Amino acid sequence: MANLLEIKDLEKSYLKVGVNFGGSRVKILNGVNLTIEAGSCVGLIGESGSGKSTLARLIMGLEKPDKGSILFEGIPAKQWIKNNKGKMSVVFQDYTASVNPRYTVVEAIAEPIYASGAVTDLDQRIDRLLVKVGLEHEIKNRYPHELSGGQLQRVCIARAIATNPRFIVLDEAISSLDVSVQSQILKLLHRLRIEMNITYLFVAHDLQAVSHLCNKILFLYQGQIVEELQSGELAMAKNKYARDLLASVIPFEV
Amino acid sequence: MAGFWKRFRNDNLAMGVSLFLLMVITLAILAPLLAPYDPTAQNIIDKFQGPSLTHWFGTDQLGRDVFSRILFGGRVTILVSVLTMVVTIVIGTVLGVMAGYFRGTVDDVIMRICDIMLSFPSEVLILAIVGILGTGITNIVLATVIAKWAWYVRMIRSIVIQFMDSNYIRFAKVAGCSTGHIVRKHLLVGAIGEIAVLATLDTAAIILNISALSFLGLGVQPPTAEWGMMLNEAKNVMTTNPGQMLAPGMAIFLVVAAFNFLGDSIQEALNPKINRGFKTKRYSLLDSLFGRKKVVTE
Ligand SMILES: Nc1ncnc2c1ncn2[C@@H]1O[C@H](COP(=O)(O)OP(=O)(O)OP(=O)(O)O)[C@@H](O)[C@H]1O
Ligand SMILES: [Mg+2]
Repeated sequence: MANLLEIKDLEKSYLKVGVNFGGSRVKILNGVNLTIEAGSCVGLIGESGSGKSTLARLIMGLEKPDKGSILFEGIPAKQWIKNNKGKMSVVFQDYTASVNPRYTVVEAIAEPIYASGAVTDLDQRIDRLLVKVGLEHEIKNRYPHELSGGQLQRVCIARAIATNPRFIVLDEAISSLDVSVQSQILKLLHRLRIEMNITYLFVAHDLQAVSHLCNKILFLYQGQIVEELQSGELAMAKNKYARDLLASVIPFEV
Repeated sequence: MAGFWKRFRNDNLAMGVSLFLLMVITLAILAPLLAPYDPTAQNIIDKFQGPSLTHWFGTDQLGRDVFSRILFGGRVTILVSVLTMVVTIVIGTVLGVMAGYFRGTVDDVIMRICDIMLSFPSEVLILAIVGILGTGITNIVLATVIAKWAWYVRMIRSIVIQFMDSNYIRFAKVAGCSTGHIVRKHLLVGAIGEIAVLATLDTAAIILNISALSFLGLGVQPPTAEWGMMLNEAKNVMTTNPGQMLAPGMAIFLVVAAFNFLGDSIQEALNPKINRGFKTKRYSLLDSLFGRKKVVTE
């Protein structure tokens, strides 16, 4: 399969806050290399603070890398995003802050549709999207604070798939939901991926969720991808960090 | 926003203060129709009269009707202050949003200029500018705007930066929404409340400022009526007729206090959490009168 996304030697550092005026920088990403094939689902695992969200923000073009390249189908990320409006999307972990509190459900879902230009039969499109993510019509004119966590995250997913994207970044999209809702949302995400042929980058800090959904799992540790495994061959991890992580979740004899 | 209006309406002080200000502004605008006398017409024979049915607030040292002068003075004081506030807030919002939205070089340039402006004490800067440009109402407005805009850019930039860190703006950017859309729908709508608080509290400060400059003889020139200048004229006869200070002094005091209360009430209605413990007992009347920021304690 062709590569949708190719990242080479990506580096990113942030200014350390509160350490006098020395201006010392902390390197969060230190030479990240990865590829994501079109149509696949890639999981990105790493402990809290390892820079997963930072990597996601760089991929989405929200921040500039210090060094290295991010190429979508051979084109620099910024250019690709400009040429392919609405073809990339994102779902965040913190659903409460993901929707403007002054937007109704309909307004939130309509926003990316307007942004990508094509506005024909908006009402029906939104109805279809609501059905697709398993939401009732009566919530259409509600505000975010009038929805449950699971409902709101479904709204976020509906909004993310509204423009038929080819690539979605899911930054811990299920981590702050409770367990029963997590599995429902996972199933929903899996179904949507198959139906709409979307490529996922699934960021998570716990392995269990990812191992079901993803074809390939990347381990981010100390600013680098230290291990890359196909989902069937988790037991074959060579890197110590990846093995420790695996051992803590799955009772293999490793 | 619906919650905001509901809380605002249930706040008696907020409603009272809004009504009072609305009344004062209406009186100021309609001064030419309502004033019983010409505010500059002198009548030396009737000077220093006490309040009566013919002269509600009495007459001053030149026999002019104080009530008419208060009405016309309010026109100058309040309208000039509101105009000054609008100009500063517009400059502050435009530059603050630019700095907070684009960051990088734009931000650096704007903020360094602000740093330079803020390194002068604002009162001294205003006096210096009036000294260069000369006295007069246009010049004190100009001086106040020059002295204050940088502070507003700072405040509004920090409000904008908070919003820029929210996921819904990240989503809008990834979805390819235009800068104009994000600024209008997310930033301005979100920040409007906090900007309104800044604006009302600031109007109070500017009224004091402009009155003070007129009191010093740098602003409005006689015989035009203006509250600060009326206070200045009353000062000259303070020992013989102290009652002359009452009308302009109370007018400034009440309007400034009302704007400060209004600013606080808007803030409370916007962030009900701040005020949970204070609902029955206002934190401190004095703090509010002088526009001092309250310390939030849960
Ligand atoms: N804008 C920023 N400025 C300074 N430091 C930052 C910034 N953004 C992130 N960091 C730092 O970078 C590190 C990585 O943060 P990041 O959010 O990418 O971690 P993460 O892997 O997503 O963690 P989590 O699993 O908790 O979400 C953290 O130490 C964080 O403090
Ligand atoms: Mg994160």
